[in-house]
Amino acid sequence: MSVVAEKELRVVGFLCNWCSYGGADTAGVARFKQPTDLRIIRVPCSGRVDPLFVVKALLTGADGVLVSGCHPRDCHYTDGNFYARRRLEMLKRLLPFIGIDERRFHYTWVSASEGQKWQQVVAGFTNRLHQLGPLHAKKENEG
Amino acid sequence: MRVGVFICHCGNNIAGTVDVAKVAAETRKLPGVVYATNYMYTCSEPGQEEIKQAIQKENLDRVVVAACSPRMHENTFRKTVEKAGLNRYFFEMANIREHISWIGEDKELNTNKAIEAVKMAVAKVMNDKPLYSSSFKVNKRVMVIGGGVAGMQAALDCADGGLDVVLVEKSPSIGGMMARLDKTFPTIDCSICILGPKMVDVAQHEKIKLYAYSEIEEIKGYVGNYQVKIRKKATYVDWTKCTGCGACMEKCPTRNAYDHFNFGVAPTRAINIPFPQAIPKKAKIDPTFCRQFTKGKCGVCAKICPTGAINYEMEDEIVTEDIGAIVVATGYGLFDLDKFPEYGAGRYPDVITGIQYERILNASGPTSGHILRPSDQTEPKTVVFVSCAGSRDKSLGVPYCSNFCCMYIAKQAILTKDHVPDSQSYVFYMDIRSPGKGYDEFTRRAQEDYGVKYIRGRVSRIYPKGKKMVVRGADTLLGTQVEIEADLVVLATAVISAPGAANMAEKLHISYDTFGFYVESHPKLRPVETNTSGVFLAGACQGPKDIPASVGQGSAAASKVLSLFSKDMLESDPAIAQVNINACVGCLKCVKTCPFQAIKEEVLRSGKKVAKVIETVCAGCGVCTSTCPCGAIQLQHFTDNQLLAEVNAICQS
Repeated sequence: MSVVAEKELRVVGFLCNWCSYGGADTAGVARFKQPTDLRIIRVPCSGRVDPLFVVKALLTGADGVLVSGCHPRDCHYTDGNFYARRRLEMLKRLLPFIGIDERRFHYTWVSASEGQKWQQVVAGFTNRLHQLGPLHAKKENEG
Repeated sequence: MRVGVFICHCGNNIAGTVDVAKVAAETRKLPGVVYATNYMYTCSEPGQEEIKQAIQKENLDRVVVAACSPRMHENTFRKTVEKAGLNRYFFEMANIREHISWIGEDKELNTNKAIEAVKMAVAKVMNDKPLYSSSFKVNKRVMVIGGGVAGMQAALDCADGGLDVVLVEKSPSIGGMMARLDKTFPTIDCSICILGPKMVDVAQHEKIKLYAYSEIEEIKGYVGNYQVKIRKKATYVDWTKCTGCGACMEKCPTRNAYDHFNFGVAPTRAINIPFPQAIPKKAKIDPTFCRQFTKGKCGVCAKICPTGAINYEMEDEIVTEDIGAIVVATGYGLFDLDKFPEYGAGRYPDVITGIQYERILNASGPTSGHILRPSDQTEPKTVVFVSCAGSRDKSLGVPYCSNFCCMYIAKQAILTKDHVPDSQSYVFYMDIRSPGKGYDEFTRRAQEDYGVKYIRGRVSRIYPKGKKMVVRGADTLLGTQVEIEADLVVLATAVISAPGAANMAEKLHISYDTFGFYVESHPKLRPVETNTSGVFLAGACQGPKDIPASVGQGSAAASKVLSLFSKDMLESDPAIAQVNINACVGCLKCVKTCPFQAIKEEVLRSGKKVAKVIETVCAGCGVCTSTCPCGAIQLQHFTDNQLLAEVNAICQS
């Protein structure tokens, strides 16, 4: 078991290096307490996030996936986050077709200075997932 | 593969809420890991030495450090492993401080999360490939954006250091806010007397090329090799011919043009030179007021100009400059009176802003330095200053302190007494903030030697009564209501980010905070750097700042540029995209999506069309990698395999 059963769900986060990863750091420095479910993968840009990463995570064990990048028009790479937005919005609509509740996937924009907003994003998304419950309950019971 | 893992206690920062010994013990069970240890301060010299020794002794070929954020110390440890003979990209960090120990309260959950973070980093490091930097030439020219005191200082320091400097200023003259001030605190030194010579130095320095009344149109490129398009705005006066004699201004029949330099204290002419010490001292037509533009006839200035410099047909001109680094010194803006309905929202002429009062006090201002109130040009005997007009007020979106208002109010109150000896000044304040050298003594002097009455409390309303303005507020120390009948009210309006600050940040690819101030690389240790290499910050564009702090940052930014340019060649980041020509089908979707035009089509000898990355232009965002339908183009160090290894480490365990 990778997460502590009953207490945590498995949440994967893809964060861009320049804004959201920095925002999560800022939240840490300010000691903004957050649920512990989230596991963060650092990517250079939200535009690097292949929608298939999200699908792969959700199909193989994650209960939810969060992607966060720079605010639109404030991308470190000019417009990488616009590509991200287009792809991830499409992904969101396709998730129900593979039997996954689209509420298990969330993408948002958090800048490096928005520590408090990051806390709210993590708490809000984790809370939503806990209301939905585990995605892979059956598998876990068997295992 | 032989992976070594080093888990940092960071004193109690990590060890306080994470069982680091358990993390080390669990880490040792991971496949590939041959060595795992925990240490008090891994980033310390003995900590780094331990890594080097372990690499030698245990024959490690990959290293993971579980400690703080990689944004903090990735580079530190990359250098460490490099010194021990490993490629610097055979290194990963697990962020168990900012993302775990500092934000979670439950030690069991934190420890488990830290084990997982290490597991992810180990999975990633086992998929890492060695990467090697190439080097490229640096164009040793620097551009300074903004000709206020911070920008001028940066430009002069760079130029004195031997660099070619391009200084771009959006208004017709350099000098910025400081050129508008009458005196400076806490010495009551004459502002333009200390700034003027500096402005002349800028104008006369053979290494500085000045573009006044110009704006940044577009910025392309990367550190060492930027191409910047500058829009030289139409002045309708040929500056190569204009001698700055001022005859046009004298004869101009339009006398109601808005005076940007004086913040509208009094009107100016449609053709004007902003102030006597302007650099460059050249005239400019304001087409929104000029009769030639609004009515189609006039031409007085064209007739009067002795050198024939007037050109009504002039258009904006775009020029391109090649440069290697940029110092951003775009300054700040100020709240308008219309933000304050309770103070009249600008309807009462005798309620003015601090900067407007500064112009009234100034000898080169519209009143020639005589304090005359705007409504009837009489000398005010009772002057009320309201501090924090907008500052520290969440409801107006300015929760922060504007930094220098407390000090300039004290200065203006002292000057008022100097100008009008039988006057009485009152200051409504929330707190007196005077932490600089000689600052607190200065505010005391205002109270003790100049009899300025400080009232702790907020002003609720200002309204006219006859020729007076009634200021109604609270005295929270006495617990009473106060009403003062004033002749003039000065509001210390909040400092906000410069107009267009966000737009400029987007052109520069730097971050800005909620308020539009630019974000430095590290709030303590990298105060003038940004996260975009080659772009530096100076002055109030980063946050409200007084003159010494702005000058200090200007010099600091210049020294950063000089040290960057001390090398002829820079090392490129090898974490860029690479094409596998065997897998590439030549669809060239990546060419279209690349934000930097860093990918082009290449025809191989076999006749096959493939994508080719221009190494120096690629910035390493990886948009192409997630675009490629066949996984042929891979962003190095963030390849599909490397990221999926991390996903698997979390999901399939």
